[in-house]
Amino acid sequence: MAKELNVFIDNKPGRLKAITGLLKEKKINLRALTIQVREDFGLIKTIVDKPNEAYMTISDKGFACALKEILAILIDDSPGGLDDILDIFAENNININDSYAFIIDSGNKAVYCVEVVDIEKVKALLEKNGFKLLDDQDLYGL
Amino acid sequence: MIWNEKIETMNLEDLKEVQSKRLKSMLDYIYNNSTFYKNKFDKEGINIEDIKSIDDITKLPFTTKEDMRDNYPFGIFSNKSKLAEIHVSSGTTGNPTLVGYTKDDIGLWSDVMARTLGCAGAKPGDVIQIAYGYGLFTGGLGFHYGALEMGLTIIPCSAGMTKRQLKIMEDFKPRILACTPSYAMYMSEDAKDMGMDPRKSSWEIGIFGAEPWSESMRTQIENTWNILATDVYGLSEIIGPGVAQECTNKEGLHVFSDVFYPEIINPTTGQPVKEGEDGELVFTTFTKKAIPVLRYRTRDIVSMTNKQCKCGRTSPRISKIKGRTDDMIVVRGINVFPSQIEHVLVNIEGTTPHYQLVVDRSSKNLDTLEIHVEVEQKIFSDEIKKLTQFENKIQDEIESMLGVSVKVKLLEPRSIERSIGKAVRVIDKRNI
Repeated sequence: MAKELNVFIDNKPGRLKAITGLLKEKKINLRALTIQVREDFGLIKTIVDKPNEAYMTISDKGFACALKEILAILIDDSPGGLDDILDIFAENNININDSYAFIIDSGNKAVYCVEVVDIEKVKALLEKNGFKLLDDQDLYGL
Repeated sequence: MIWNEKIETMNLEDLKEVQSKRLKSMLDYIYNNSTFYKNKFDKEGINIEDIKSIDDITKLPFTTKEDMRDNYPFGIFSNKSKLAEIHVSSGTTGNPTLVGYTKDDIGLWSDVMARTLGCAGAKPGDVIQIAYGYGLFTGGLGFHYGALEMGLTIIPCSAGMTKRQLKIMEDFKPRILACTPSYAMYMSEDAKDMGMDPRKSSWEIGIFGAEPWSESMRTQIENTWNILATDVYGLSEIIGPGVAQECTNKEGLHVFSDVFYPEIINPTTGQPVKEGEDGELVFTTFTKKAIPVLRYRTRDIVSMTNKQCKCGRTSPRISKIKGRTDDMIVVRGINVFPSQIEHVLVNIEGTTPHYQLVVDRSSKNLDTLEIHVEVEQKIFSDEIKKLTQFENKIQDEIESMLGVSVKVKLLEPRSIERSIGKAVRVIDKRNI
């Protein structure tokens, strides 16, 4: 399963840069990044090539952070690519806590990252329906 | 008007005699009726027969907030079987502060509050709008009793429902307004929103207290409402409001020293300071029956003068509150101690002991309290939903403890500045 690194930051200038600066120092590459923003704080969610090292580096600096397993689903970069997956979610009454997508190969492949409550169950369900789920190696081998 | 002319204008020698006599009978009363004071005197080898006059008061021990808390609920009381009323205020940690009144105490409260009203310029027949909270807080009822005693027409509005307050003011034309100074300012915003001209209000006199406020705020209130803004001082451990009040000259607050005897001490040494110097205000209640207190340390910093006032009252006058000996803050009339917040936080998993209280005054002149809390690195939740729930949980627990609304702000670990020595727990941005 793919790992997502979550970091809690204050919602003020320079805080995201504090994190990317640390990653740069360790030569860690970013594949995806999204931020959920609340009034006072933000939650950085990122997919990196060396998740464990990134986690250690950031937590050593005192940040509140966590490594979390998420579903990274390979989809076609074509109209309706996402909709086919969401059909399965809707039919099986699966709620999405958070999600984002990024393109790996334009016009060909994209990745849809999704957070759900019962991750194992959803993973099995998706695989049964013929979808490919990516792990860390897959994500960076693409 | 001077409500109790005989006492309030008594020459200082006669007053001293009254004070000496009352101190002696008070000591006799508490020694024989309060377990707390009996034990304290016996332990410290104090013989109350050695106390001959008010000048000997410095030989007697202090009473502190901790004494009140440690002997909760009735340990300090001299009479707990004939209580007419009890009031409770939030305490530093754990136990709240309980105060009680016998029927005679309510009579005393009514008298000092009538003096307070008279001092501010009220006279029988006036209409008063009481916008201090009624309930466990002593503000509302204290004013109520005094107004009843003096023969005023009372509009017991309590605090809140501002538009209705303003409508009542327009309809019934009260001459006197009693509320916290910040609420007086807050109401002016709503008045303007309603298309009213605050300068044309019926209020001529304001009696403002329950929180510290500055001379500049006085000017602001007076200009906004076209009103005489006077300062009232009190604390529930002594009686509630009615301990001291400014007269219309606004040159210090007259202490009703025949019943509440004031001393100003050096908070470190406990020794009296020279007249006019700043120090901690200490009170002895001579005639209270349920819970008389001896040399109670208020933790409020003031100065005091014995010079006679132009108004004719002879009692000493204290300055406005200049500070505190502890880190208590007053937000919308509610006492808040950082230790209370700490008490809540240590019991919530996922927070650190690093926190700060940020007090500010909003554009609508209402005090706001923000609690800044660092999240713990380990139990950090990675879902916005859970973080929000976490924030709400802290907020709910703090609000239910303090009884005042707060805003909680989660911060990164290690983002609150660490200090060597005493941590800076309170940032007060109000200009008071």
